[in-house]
Amino acid sequence: MQRLAYLKETPSQTAGPYVHIGLAPGAAGFDMYDQELGWDIAGPNAKGERIRVEGRVIDGTGSPVKDVLLEAWQANSEGRYAHPEGGGAVEDGFRGWGRVITDFATGEWGFDTIKPGLIPARVPLGAVRPAAEEEEVDAFSRGHQGLRAMAPHINLWIVARGINVGLNTRMYFSDEQEANATDPVINLIEWENRRKTLIAERTERDGSVVYRFDIRIQGEDETVFFDI
Amino acid sequence: MTTPAEYYQRNRDRHPPAYTPAYKTSVARSPRYSLISLQQSVSEITGPVFGHNDLGALDHDLIRNYAKDDDPIGERIIVHGRVLDENARAVPNTLVEIWQANSGGRYRHKKDTYLAPIDPNFGGCGRTITDEQGYYFFRTVKPGAYPWRNMVNNWRPAHIHFSIFGASFSQRLITQLYFEGDPLIPLCPIVQTIPDADAIDALTARLDMNATIPLDTIAYRFDIVLRGRRSTLFENRLEGN
Ligand SMILES: [Fe+3]
Repeated sequence: MQRLAYLKETPSQTAGPYVHIGLAPGAAGFDMYDQELGWDIAGPNAKGERIRVEGRVIDGTGSPVKDVLLEAWQANSEGRYAHPEGGGAVEDGFRGWGRVITDFATGEWGFDTIKPGLIPARVPLGAVRPAAEEEEVDAFSRGHQGLRAMAPHINLWIVARGINVGLNTRMYFSDEQEANATDPVINLIEWENRRKTLIAERTERDGSVVYRFDIRIQGEDETVFFDI
Repeated sequence: MTTPAEYYQRNRDRHPPAYTPAYKTSVARSPRYSLISLQQSVSEITGPVFGHNDLGALDHDLIRNYAKDDDPIGERIIVHGRVLDENARAVPNTLVEIWQANSGGRYRHKKDTYLAPIDPNFGGCGRTITDEQGYYFFRTVKPGAYPWRNMVNNWRPAHIHFSIFGASFSQRLITQLYFEGDPLIPLCPIVQTIPDADAIDALTARLDMNATIPLDTIAYRFDIVLRGRRSTLFENRLEGN
């Protein structure tokens, strides 16, 4: 029998307890590099509403995970990613990628960025249906590939000791109810009571906008994680 | 409007499951519900782009990048290889980051209290960007094995942690490199979270005498494979697919 010539993906291993040394040495208090990566998600030129995102990662016992590393990947305020296939040019200094670690004592993490815009969903592969017909197909059956926009969201990836393969989730915004209601990914989640685990709560503190997003790895209100 | 194609579905049988009780920390840190599978959108097929401006000139040289008054103690090694995708195409210009214990098995981390000493000349992390052929290399010292709290007598085989980005957020990967011939590999509960012996073998770097620098530095070869991307057979061919 002939063999297919594809290679196989290298398997994942846990990031372990010392991930901070490798990926966020400056934030962890180690003097290693002149320039840390991932602190500048949205530079001063980035347009849009300035926000802060904060939260904790909670394990199956209800305890905060204090050695986690999170990465964020997001579009700009016009829904474009800083990538050749991201939908067009973005402002100088908008990178859309961030990396943070939790406070070793409290397990709290947070980052400053701008609120992303609506993100165009992709045109389906193959024939494109007329928009009117498309609207009749419910989001569940066509998944992501609809013509409507995705609601503003930040893609998150978390790694830590005890996590064998990094976990992907998405953070949506509580003040985007209308867009969230038609978002193809939120609607893909069959269990409506689990959808709320992806929605960050908007609050204000000292005149600044803060979104609170706790991620529950396991247990009551376990966060929805995606196989992307 | 053109439609960039998605990446191949991840073969989860090749990766460790989330819940692996012999690696005890995974028990409370593993989701109980199944992951929800997404067809990829622009959010998944894009990812951060890095350039040489992001890095320092010595970042890939762990023998030099933290040295104060001397070279670090230990066996001088080169770790090198290519980052490829499942279609065997090079993954160029992608960020590769590593971190590791020193030659005694001790990390430069306040939580690491192992008996082995800190090496004042060894930081233990490095990073580089692959070239157009997907090639990367690091110079470092071979890390030592170290004990860890799982069962009372568990030891990690010598290993280097690797973080790789690829061209999209869906290719993001963190893994560990092991060294050919290490008798601790089959005894390690973290290694053994991977159910497939062939997949464990893919994490085992090979002694590479051809890349060894005589009288100076011994070399190990470690190729990394990220997820491949589907070709859009029924549309105009895109980006060289
Ligand atoms: Fe380690």
